[in-house]
Amino acid sequence: MGLFQRIKQGLQKTHSRLTQEIKRIVTRSPKLTGESVEELEAALLGADFGTTLTMQIVEAVRRGYETQGGSKLDVFAVARREVESALAGPNPALAQADTGLTVVSLVGVNGTGKTTTSAKLAKLTQNSGKQAVLAACDTFRAAAIEQLKLWGDRLNVPVVAGTYHADPAAVAHDAISAAQSRGADYLFVDTAGRLHTKNNLMKELQKVHRVMDKKLPGAPHEVLLVVDATTGMNALTQAREFHKAVTLTGLVITKLDGTSRGGMAVAIQRELGLPIKFIGVGEQAEDLQPFSAAEFAEALFGE
Amino acid sequence: MFDALSSKLQNVFRNLRGLGRISEDNIADALRDVRMALLDADVNFKVARDFIDRVKTKALGAEVVRTVQPGQQIVKIIHDELVDLLGSENAGLDLSGKPTCILMVGLHGSGKTTSSGKLARLLHKQGRAPLLVAADVYRPAAMDQLATLGRQLNLPVFTRPGEKDVLRIAREAMAEAEATHRNVLLFDTAGRLQIDEPLVQELVRLRDVVKPREILLVLDSATGQEAVNVATHFDDALGITGAVLTKLDGDARGGAALSFRSVVGKPIKFMGVGEKLEDFEPFHPERMGQRILGMGDVVSLVEKAVETVDEEEARKLEEKMRRGQFTLEDFLAQLRQMKKMGPLEGLIGMLPGGSEALKGADMSKSEKEFRRMEGIICAMTPKERRNPNILNAKRRIRIANGSGVKVADVNSLLKRFTQMQGMMKKMGKMQKMLGKMGGLGGLGGLGGLGGMGGGGGKMPKLPKGMRGMFGR
Repeated sequence: MGLFQRIKQGLQKTHSRLTQEIKRIVTRSPKLTGESVEELEAALLGADFGTTLTMQIVEAVRRGYETQGGSKLDVFAVARREVESALAGPNPALAQADTGLTVVSLVGVNGTGKTTTSAKLAKLTQNSGKQAVLAACDTFRAAAIEQLKLWGDRLNVPVVAGTYHADPAAVAHDAISAAQSRGADYLFVDTAGRLHTKNNLMKELQKVHRVMDKKLPGAPHEVLLVVDATTGMNALTQAREFHKAVTLTGLVITKLDGTSRGGMAVAIQRELGLPIKFIGVGEQAEDLQPFSAAEFAEALFGE
Repeated sequence: MFDALSSKLQNVFRNLRGLGRISEDNIADALRDVRMALLDADVNFKVARDFIDRVKTKALGAEVVRTVQPGQQIVKIIHDELVDLLGSENAGLDLSGKPTCILMVGLHGSGKTTSSGKLARLLHKQGRAPLLVAADVYRPAAMDQLATLGRQLNLPVFTRPGEKDVLRIAREAMAEAEATHRNVLLFDTAGRLQIDEPLVQELVRLRDVVKPREILLVLDSATGQEAVNVATHFDDALGITGAVLTKLDGDARGGAALSFRSVVGKPIKFMGVGEKLEDFEPFHPERMGQRILGMGDVVSLVEKAVETVDEEEARKLEEKMRRGQFTLEDFLAQLRQMKKMGPLEGLIGMLPGGSEALKGADMSKSEKEFRRMEGIICAMTPKERRNPNILNAKRRIRIANGSGVKVADVNSLLKRFTQMQGMMKKMGKMQKMLGKMGGLGGLGGLGGLGGMGGGGGKMPKLPKGMRGMFGR
């Protein structure tokens, strides 16, 4: 199955519901009345776009009506353009160190899918002929290490792990040494889930990153925030706080195979300028896809 | 917890309170703000719209217009509606079966396994004999996770590593419970999408086998508009009996809680409020409503104090404070007691206006400060603690060296302590006065909180004593 098909399939529910709703709204009346604006608003809010972005899209549609008149206006095209422009950003490919090992750190709140995403990323790099190593730096959650090790066995990727309640920074340090001595291309660091409001845990994360930078200057080369697509506007706060603490370089939106639309990802990218690099669309190792803004917008609003 | 929502609503209320007459025009803006606040808090847009409609209808009703301060009345209407949305009282568990089975269901990563462990701990504390059943056959190491939690809790966990048939696991677990006399079975099921029909059907079959009294939907408090879809789908398929709201120690605004209740009509029964296994509480809707509206959660605070503070000790301490005989030893005891009650952020967040006062304050610094103060006092001899007046320069240097701080830190602690002592004397007098007038009686029992609770009823800002203690 092609990439576009997969995203589209993942977003099918979203797409059909949103498209139908908008279509119903615009075909019913040629003029954009107060009521239909409110309905359009509701449809977008329901997709977790959040109030700010929703207002922006609605405003763009309204402007379109005023300048072009209702009958000629393609509301989807307008909405798609708005989303695409909000998502327009730098190249979403995975960063690569100039020479040697590239370290990718995965961070986020509890239960967003960091461990699974680490494994999927390892699989993805492996597929492109690169060698990957996984670092189990979640030494807090019960069985998080076993979970990553099982993935490692499944994918035939080496996993560097410490013991529970060990200092995650120490594990990260050792993992870099291990990955370097193996001559690996990528090291994916699976960190413990932490709520962005927990100051001490955010400090711990900073320390992990500091130690990695000391061991290998420039590391981590990529810091990906893993966001659950079912999250509402709190995702924006999560992104803000994590960005403040460890300077993120991109986002991974997981669980997009449900009915969630991940509208808040658009809001995050717009506010913080962080590119969405990958999306998770299933539980299997290959269910992680590079992100494309145009396809995402197309899948959301296209017909 | 629901800070952002409450501070937004407070703004709206401030404007509303001033209104002399209510008309559709002058409340339109305010209601739009309320709607935006609700939407920003991830309240489902339909729920928000209905909410606003109800408030509007009631606000424009004749009853309201005739009241002296219509603005106040609207605030009350909004409050009542919010509490109504959240449900009116805490709903317990139905544990009548023999044995009782409880299914924990939900999306991936919502916190089912952790909540199962936490709930087992709570039931065990209430005198039940829970058996945790690892029924997640999909996620790698999910069974290990539950087994680890069981070890930490010292509670039995039923696992069948490698077994892929959930129904067989369930049957064997029931037999095991019978044989080992466990009376509550907690099934930790695999995370699944509500639209994944085969997996949802698996749950239906599991339900038909174990005939659970409770099917609890575990819902992440940060869930967005999807919360309603997730809840209705699971409810339609399984007939859930309630929800567990997790990760409430974050700053998610909790719209999921508001929407869940209003769309599914089932109560939220528990909430997860931290990473530790004891961070799990019954959900109290009316308290949560007050908290959203920024009235603070004094009831929870008092309960927490009662749970951790030795009453006898607290009374003695209060007496000492009133007489101005509060020594560094007492101060030390108090520091330790406060530490037992949990992180400061949580405590202050429960006070009226507390969450607003906390905004931007780095409480971890204050906590570090607390630890340092503890260290300094520990480096003193008992004699010095009882009578700080004998602390000359030489003694101070010794204490500073002994606790690894600078002499200036010792000095500032002593200075702050003297200030506190003075204030307590004043407060003691005030309290006596108020006591005669019949006020404050209840709060006096909070003695263990000492400088904290001292401000009594009016607490728009942190009481001065508290700020003094935090060093700001």
